[in-house]
Amino acid sequence: MVKRIQNTLPVILSIFFAVFAWQLTVQWTQLPRFILPAPADVWSRFLKSLNDGSLIYHTGITLAEIVLGLLVGITFATVTGYALAKSRSLEKVLSPYLVASQAIPVVAIAPLLVIWLGDGILSKVVICALIVFFPVLVNTVVGVRAVPTALYDLMHSIRATRLQILLKLEVPASLPVLLGGLRIGATLSVIGAIVGELVDAEQGLGFLLQLGDFQYDTSMVFVAVFMLIALALALYGVVTLLERKFLKWQK
Amino acid sequence: MTTNPILTVQDLSVVFPDSNGGLNALENISFDVSPREFICFLGPSGSGKTTLLRVLANLLRPTSGRVHFIRHHRPRIGMVFQQASLMPWRSVLDNIKLPLELEGVGESKARKKSQEMIELVGLQGFEDSLPRDLSGGMAQRVGIARALIHDPDLLLLDEPFASLDALTRERMWMELSRIWQAKQKTVIMVTHSINESLFLADRVLVLTQRPGQIKLDVEVALPRPRKDDIRYTPHFGKLARKLREAIG
Repeated sequence: MVKRIQNTLPVILSIFFAVFAWQLTVQWTQLPRFILPAPADVWSRFLKSLNDGSLIYHTGITLAEIVLGLLVGITFATVTGYALAKSRSLEKVLSPYLVASQAIPVVAIAPLLVIWLGDGILSKVVICALIVFFPVLVNTVVGVRAVPTALYDLMHSIRATRLQILLKLEVPASLPVLLGGLRIGATLSVIGAIVGELVDAEQGLGFLLQLGDFQYDTSMVFVAVFMLIALALALYGVVTLLERKFLKWQK
Repeated sequence: MTTNPILTVQDLSVVFPDSNGGLNALENISFDVSPREFICFLGPSGSGKTTLLRVLANLLRPTSGRVHFIRHHRPRIGMVFQQASLMPWRSVLDNIKLPLELEGVGESKARKKSQEMIELVGLQGFEDSLPRDLSGGMAQRVGIARALIHDPDLLLLDEPFASLDALTRERMWMELSRIWQAKQKTVIMVTHSINESLFLADRVLVLTQRPGQIKLDVEVALPRPRKDDIRYTPHFGKLARKLREAIG
């Protein structure tokens, strides 16, 4: 318990000082509110949007896009990655496309996807999935290739089936690397959802951000940005929890 | 021994394909194994010892010749590797339990059997330890327990003590011969240590440098249980010299 307080105390202090410095900047520079709102303005805007339900609604939409995008992206990436790790010839055929796809920034094709798939949640899920796909794919390939051959020999010597080798050897052995990819993917997915929403959307935190921008409601922009940070931190936290649960055996 | 063999190997050859016509790892290997016999293949590195074991474990298809198990078409194999080859994410008990899990044995029965094996190899108190916390000797005991738990028809040992220090290795010889006498398994072991082969085996077969061929096949008629001081008897010395000369 004492240790926990010792760990969190510096974080709380640093946040406190950051807010304090922000307040001082506002007071000294006397900047108009639509350029730099004071912490208190942002706080009251936060409470207002919380009370009228709009913040929770839009955050929920963005979170749904992120979670669905992650699920779709991770599923495709791990399945493709496993196939690539197992077959050199498949890798030869597919890798030029995969590398080329990474040369195109997602920001550049996001408008296309919105045109094709509409301005609803679907286009955002696809953008999220695309941005998550590559890091998870690469880590799956690396993870599966790094499974020690001696352990394959062991599994074959006791007549393991393909499925048993997958579940009892390949999955647990490549999990550390896989979760590393997920850690990167989780933070990227937040960017994916926002990029999609900024192109065109009627809902979500990106929409809220743009609305605040158009209406010179800068406090609203701040609220939306802080919610995005909170989402990214929460996702990162989930991955850390997964690592703690499944990778206890690692030091 | 005059009992019927449980395993016969006939004209076994293994050629690994390479750029200049293939690498002959093993050439015309033939031998029989009797039930509950402890056989050692002795040879320098590069004599194809491990290749032979991999063929017997069905991990490698021979180029020609055949391996015939008399009683079962596909015998159960227990294999102990040079490095213990434990799964680092599994505890000692869960590593030992693995073969039973694959066979679909129920959890409580599998745990009970694993506990018995842990006692057999003397690892009580380390059930929940992770491989990273084990010494080399302890890790190899786990490997032996895992190789025996599913009651294999044939136990294959691939230089299991090569990576251990000399004192631990000799202690493991005693352990292994005790376990072998308790379990009455057919064992094929490969090693490059003359002492190890004479201490443990009923029969020693010497392999030549590549391509590996059987150069010598000797019975080790030393009394059991063999104690440490058996190494200083004239019979042991004579056999050791004979093997040494055969290795060349």
